[in-house]
Amino acid sequence: MTTSTGPASGSAASGSAAPASPKLPALLPPGSSGAGWGGRFAAPVTFAVFGLADIALFGIHARGTATFAFNQEFAKATVPNLALPAAATCYACGALTLVLAALRLLIVLGWPATVATAVGRRGWRRLLLGLVLFCFVVALLAWSDGGQAIAFNVVDLLSGTFSDSIPLMLGALTGVICSRTGVINIAIEGQLLLGAFCAAIATSVTGSLWLGLVCGALAGSLVATLLAVFAIAYAVDQIVLGVVLNTLVLGLTGYLYNAIMIPFGNTLNNPATFTPVKIPLLGDIPIIGPVFFDATVFLYITYVALAGVHIGLFRTRWGLRTRAVGEHPVAADTVGIGVLAMRYRNVIASGLIAGIGGAYFTIGSVGSFGINMSSGEGYIALAAMIFGRYTPVGAVLAALLFGFTTQLQSILSSINVPIQSNLLLLAPYVVTIVVVAGLVGKVRGPRAEGVPYVKS
Amino acid sequence: MELELRGITKRFGSLVANDGISLAVAPGKVHALLGENGAGKSTLMNVLYGLLQPDEGEILINGTGVRLGSPKDAIAAGIGMVHQHFMLVPTFTVAENVTLGIEQAGWGGLLDARRTRSEVRELSHDYGLDVDPDALVEELPVGIQQRVEIIKALVRKADVLILDEPTAVLTPAETEELFRIIRQLTDRGTSVIFISHKLREVQAIADTITVLRRGAVVGERAPDATIDDLAALMVGRDVQLRVSKPPASPGRVVLDVAGLTVVGTDGQTCVDRMSFQVKAGEILGIAGVQGNGQTELCEALMGLRPTAGGAVTVDGEDLTTATPRRRLRSGVAYVPEDRTDDGLVGSFSVSENLILDTYDRKEFASPLLPGGPRNLRLPEIAKNAAERIAEFDVRTGSASTAAGTLSGGNQQKVILARELGREHRVLIASQPTRGLDVGSIEFVHRRIVSQRDHGVAVLIVSSELDEIYALADRIAVMYEGKITGFRDPDVAAAEVGRLMAGGADLTPGLTPTEPEPVATEPGPVAPEPEDAPEPEEKP
Repeated sequence: MTTSTGPASGSAASGSAAPASPKLPALLPPGSSGAGWGGRFAAPVTFAVFGLADIALFGIHARGTATFAFNQEFAKATVPNLALPAAATCYACGALTLVLAALRLLIVLGWPATVATAVGRRGWRRLLLGLVLFCFVVALLAWSDGGQAIAFNVVDLLSGTFSDSIPLMLGALTGVICSRTGVINIAIEGQLLLGAFCAAIATSVTGSLWLGLVCGALAGSLVATLLAVFAIAYAVDQIVLGVVLNTLVLGLTGYLYNAIMIPFGNTLNNPATFTPVKIPLLGDIPIIGPVFFDATVFLYITYVALAGVHIGLFRTRWGLRTRAVGEHPVAADTVGIGVLAMRYRNVIASGLIAGIGGAYFTIGSVGSFGINMSSGEGYIALAAMIFGRYTPVGAVLAALLFGFTTQLQSILSSINVPIQSNLLLLAPYVVTIVVVAGLVGKVRGPRAEGVPYVKS
Repeated sequence: MELELRGITKRFGSLVANDGISLAVAPGKVHALLGENGAGKSTLMNVLYGLLQPDEGEILINGTGVRLGSPKDAIAAGIGMVHQHFMLVPTFTVAENVTLGIEQAGWGGLLDARRTRSEVRELSHDYGLDVDPDALVEELPVGIQQRVEIIKALVRKADVLILDEPTAVLTPAETEELFRIIRQLTDRGTSVIFISHKLREVQAIADTITVLRRGAVVGERAPDATIDDLAALMVGRDVQLRVSKPPASPGRVVLDVAGLTVVGTDGQTCVDRMSFQVKAGEILGIAGVQGNGQTELCEALMGLRPTAGGAVTVDGEDLTTATPRRRLRSGVAYVPEDRTDDGLVGSFSVSENLILDTYDRKEFASPLLPGGPRNLRLPEIAKNAAERIAEFDVRTGSASTAAGTLSGGNQQKVILARELGREHRVLIASQPTRGLDVGSIEFVHRRIVSQRDHGVAVLIVSSELDEIYALADRIAVMYEGKITGFRDPDVAAAEVGRLMAGGADLTPGLTPTEPEPVATEPGPVAPEPEDAPEPEEKP
């Protein structure tokens, strides 16, 4: 998506002379044509593949009428159902996607110049990508609901997406804070899992959901503390460290589950769960209300966390210093900012957020702990952070995209779509790979991410 | 504010970086610290800025001793520093960089961006710095980035400003601008400590010059001291600033470049139908302001960048599309512009760097099986390293020291030792002495001239006119990917400067209309005449 290439990493600290020649072309053998052929055409080709899939995969096989519903039961205000001819909808989506692919190709070729520059900006390119994905989803749904008696409930899909994405969103926000401060946090998975475990036990024992929430948060922070101590004070490789911490938490919770939770399930693994709280007035708006304003406290915490991290990072003194420490720690040090203290504080505090995300698994939705119940969502949160370009808003949107595919998969498998359920289960991961590898393009993380700060 | 250092001593292990240095800086004056790389200038300034703690000695401000435990203390004491490698966050705006660490923040730590911006604008206006507070630092030219650093210090109310090698990254025009800013600062009572190894610049700007050598003060001079005096003091012996070289006796054409065209990464034509020849036993110097296609030219000559047209031959052998390896085998020696990124593998040892190009030759590698994987002959490699290190006087702890830890001069010697150790007919050297101290420059220049005298065809690309004049037998000036003219080295610097700024070639016969007098005003990027050597200065 982007064409920005970071300057040679080594020159980060030096104010190297202005037109530093990019190093990449030097690797090309002489005589080979210009740089990045594959990269340039990746987006239009992907678009075209999506468009052909809309037509050939869904359109040809679509039957009857697809009906979409936009209401939940007992809603005060309602929106009428939308009935569409399934095949025609798929063809229309496919055609629109192919048009977008052609437009994307024109942008790549830079022709005609005026249109390409007007439409070629990053915001526009993202909009095109969004439209293509939207068309794909509509075609998929039209095909799967075509000929079925039951209407497809869009509101259920969206509200399910939001609640299912809570651990992803909170995990990704944790990742953003850590990366921005210069520490790679691979241990989000462990933070989620330990948060889930501790929240379940604390709520089961004390009977207090809020105490469980606090314990879950503290558990996330405990993993973060280990990460901070080893990464910052002992300069352990942060990738290895993160994976080790995840394995440690997985083993520890698995052992404790078998040792104490199974024998004493009623007292230790039987937590209550938060019930949804509908916000007055806002919660009654059709479509928007049930999706955004009728959920457990976790979703509202997510809103607050997102706003807090966004404003914090980009509008406050804390954020400016955090970003400075993650980009150029030496510069931060020379103006009197304590680099190590800053990193400790941020990593440990951000663990609270992931811990709350973990608590959602047990006291927000399922109501009991199970072995490895985070099931890799911490890693997907990491992908969401990168896809979201290390910004809080981007990371949360990316997390929602991944959550959406998960939700879509579970709804589709429940309405007997003729796709193997195992294949459907793959969907979120396939989307992760496609999005990160194909469409994200080059994302430049904070320059000092993963580099321990050692004073010379 | 009056600043005094008394008997500052700083040791690193057995190395004495600063040995009882005493220094007094008067208010509103420019005090230059002159010394070669490694003389202890930067260590001394890091002590003064609180980054290092002295083992002995004291720092006095207005007569009272102070302890500077961290940069914070130094800033509070009114000391500001512009580091050689700027301490700016590239992804931040100017205003953000200036405010970092002393942010004006309101309730909940919310930043007061407007106030910072107006502060930057005010200072920028007061000192004629002309910096936009909302510009992203990474998009600014180096000269402007330096001004941001100066503003950073001024906002923190610095009375003493340390400038560490401030001109190393500047063009001659930018240097002039910096000097103007320095004079404005001193007019308002700020003292400036100006660290450099460039004699002419120190002479031009300093009120007092303190010369350091091997960590100790070896003398103090007024700016009217002669260049030779300063150079001798700095290096510890008489230095020949100009290489004495016998006249060239060019032979056959060795390197022949015909109509070479190179397209850059962004699709722009960087080298545009360039043609020149280099004969055996002559040095062709390509002068030009940096960024006019010199980098791309050298990379294309070495096969590191595809060519879009034209031909490159060496002794009749067509190398236009040859791989870099084949070019090396055909007898091209190459000293790249970027020592650390392209010339060496910093984490490899000196001895490994010395065989980067020849590791697969029989003398260094024997096949374990015929045609099979090869076994490095470590004793041979060590022997080769010992010979080269001795021959090129590389100052390194041992042959197994990582090359990246050597000083710039010694890194360059390692590269020369490797490239000249291979049999070669052509030497292409790009910015061969950039950032080196006087002693190393002298060494590199001598080696290059001796190559010429041994019949090698030498191509020097340099943006330092001094260097071009010192070495070249013929000068070609490059501007926007084209050669704007060939000149003999006895031509006036102003004329070369005019060509560097894109002035048309006024050689009679090439321009049909009546040519302007040669004294045409040089463009803004042309170096000041004072930067050019006066040949009569040192016969």
